[in-house]
Amino acid sequence: MHNPQLNKHGELQHLLTIDGLPRDIITAILDTAAPFTEVAEREVKKLPLLRGKSIFNLFFENSTRTRTTFEIAAKRLSADVVNLNVSTSSTAKGESLLDTVDNLCAMQADMFVVRHAASGAPFLIAQHLLATGRDHIHVVNAGDGRHAHPTQGLLDMYTIRHYKRDFTNLTVAIVGDVLHSRVARSQISALTTLGVPEVRVIGPKTLLPTEVERMGVRVFHDIREGLKGVDVVMMLRLQNERMNGALLPTPQEYYKVWGLTAEKLALAKPDAIVMHPGPMNRGVEIDSSVADGTQAVILPQVTFGIAVRMAVMSMLAGQQGSNKQ
Amino acid sequence: MQKLDAEALFQTLVEQMRPHVTPDTALVGIHTGGVWLAERLHQALGLKQPPGSIDVSFYRDDFGSKGLHPQPKRTEIPFDVEAAHVIIVDDVLYTGRTTRAAINELFDFGRPAQVDLAVLVDRGSRELPIAARYCALTLPQPLPASQSLQLETNAAGMLTLRLIDA
Repeated sequence: MHNPQLNKHGELQHLLTIDGLPRDIITAILDTAAPFTEVAEREVKKLPLLRGKSIFNLFFENSTRTRTTFEIAAKRLSADVVNLNVSTSSTAKGESLLDTVDNLCAMQADMFVVRHAASGAPFLIAQHLLATGRDHIHVVNAGDGRHAHPTQGLLDMYTIRHYKRDFTNLTVAIVGDVLHSRVARSQISALTTLGVPEVRVIGPKTLLPTEVERMGVRVFHDIREGLKGVDVVMMLRLQNERMNGALLPTPQEYYKVWGLTAEKLALAKPDAIVMHPGPMNRGVEIDSSVADGTQAVILPQVTFGIAVRMAVMSMLAGQQGSNKQ
Repeated sequence: MQKLDAEALFQTLVEQMRPHVTPDTALVGIHTGGVWLAERLHQALGLKQPPGSIDVSFYRDDFGSKGLHPQPKRTEIPFDVEAAHVIIVDDVLYTGRTTRAAINELFDFGRPAQVDLAVLVDRGSRELPIAARYCALTLPQPLPASQSLQLETNAAGMLTLRLIDA
């Protein structure tokens, strides 16, 4: 099947989802990110790679952290960055998604970084660019609905590789609200593609998608059982804003059963790392003593995220579209 | 073309450089051949500063047409560039574009007092106003574009030069 993210040479043209991305491309992104981590230590924290390129951060849904890390990544590559908080602008006046895109193309955009509440919005934009012969413009999915958040999944893989080196002997647990989490979907795809032998999802039945086993994971409804002997604990945020209706009792009760405390973490391997995509709800899904503890790698995740986004943007910008050779 | 003896050329280069370096002179090798060369020069010249290494992938001027080079290496400058005497080391000098990229990258780490260029072989065909201050061999005739000259090293660090027909 044709993968809409790849050009006819099999190179990455857009980054829309990790699902279906070949292992060698994921590995190439992680390898490319490594030298970018060193740029932050220089006198001049900038590389000239994307000089003269215009990158539009199109955020139809608020996200300060993701937008900021994309902005820093683009600026460290010397690109010109325009931030559009679309939820408060033209779309509020009734403009359609593709009209917004067409207008920005007319302003000579080279890349769109798209965050949208609707699953598939970045894919729609990529299809539209291809159909209108403008596939030299690249699309990066910065989170779409419940579907995918590929750069978060990739930075998580970078973090795991940094601390654990090899994926093929790991047991990784993903804990919490998998149902509403695009991050969890991207993590599961990436982990299985990279050859992690055991991926566990741990959560209450109401917050796990039905038939989640079909993604190749082991399901646990008891956090103590699920955390036993794991190398990596990936916490998810309780998506308060995505909950309608009574899927949960109260945050206090959730914390009691599902919150990661030092006592529960002690069931994992002694050298297990704790990850969280942020923003954290302390005292809900994670206890402060764990979030600030020695096993937490939550702040390094943020730093690595910039390097991974630099790698993705520079790999995409180096592709010239399928119309040229 | 005559057979190139990389070890003999290396000795020539050492003798050219010796009168002009002090223990504080810093070497920066360009990946990959230049890094091996810089390590050998560092030993032979008895320099104090650990040698640095540069991968110019992020500074190349052909990014727009060729894209990002696969598997870029880490640039590591383990000394303070500010006010330092730096010698950029590369195995083969060709168009001069790699040297240009390396100079640009070096300046993002600080303002050196002086920058020189040392190479084992100058193969001609320069496209930029760049010349090596230290050069063990300048080929009498520029090498055809279809050929490439590659430095290789073995486990013991011994250098050899190989001519490759593309």
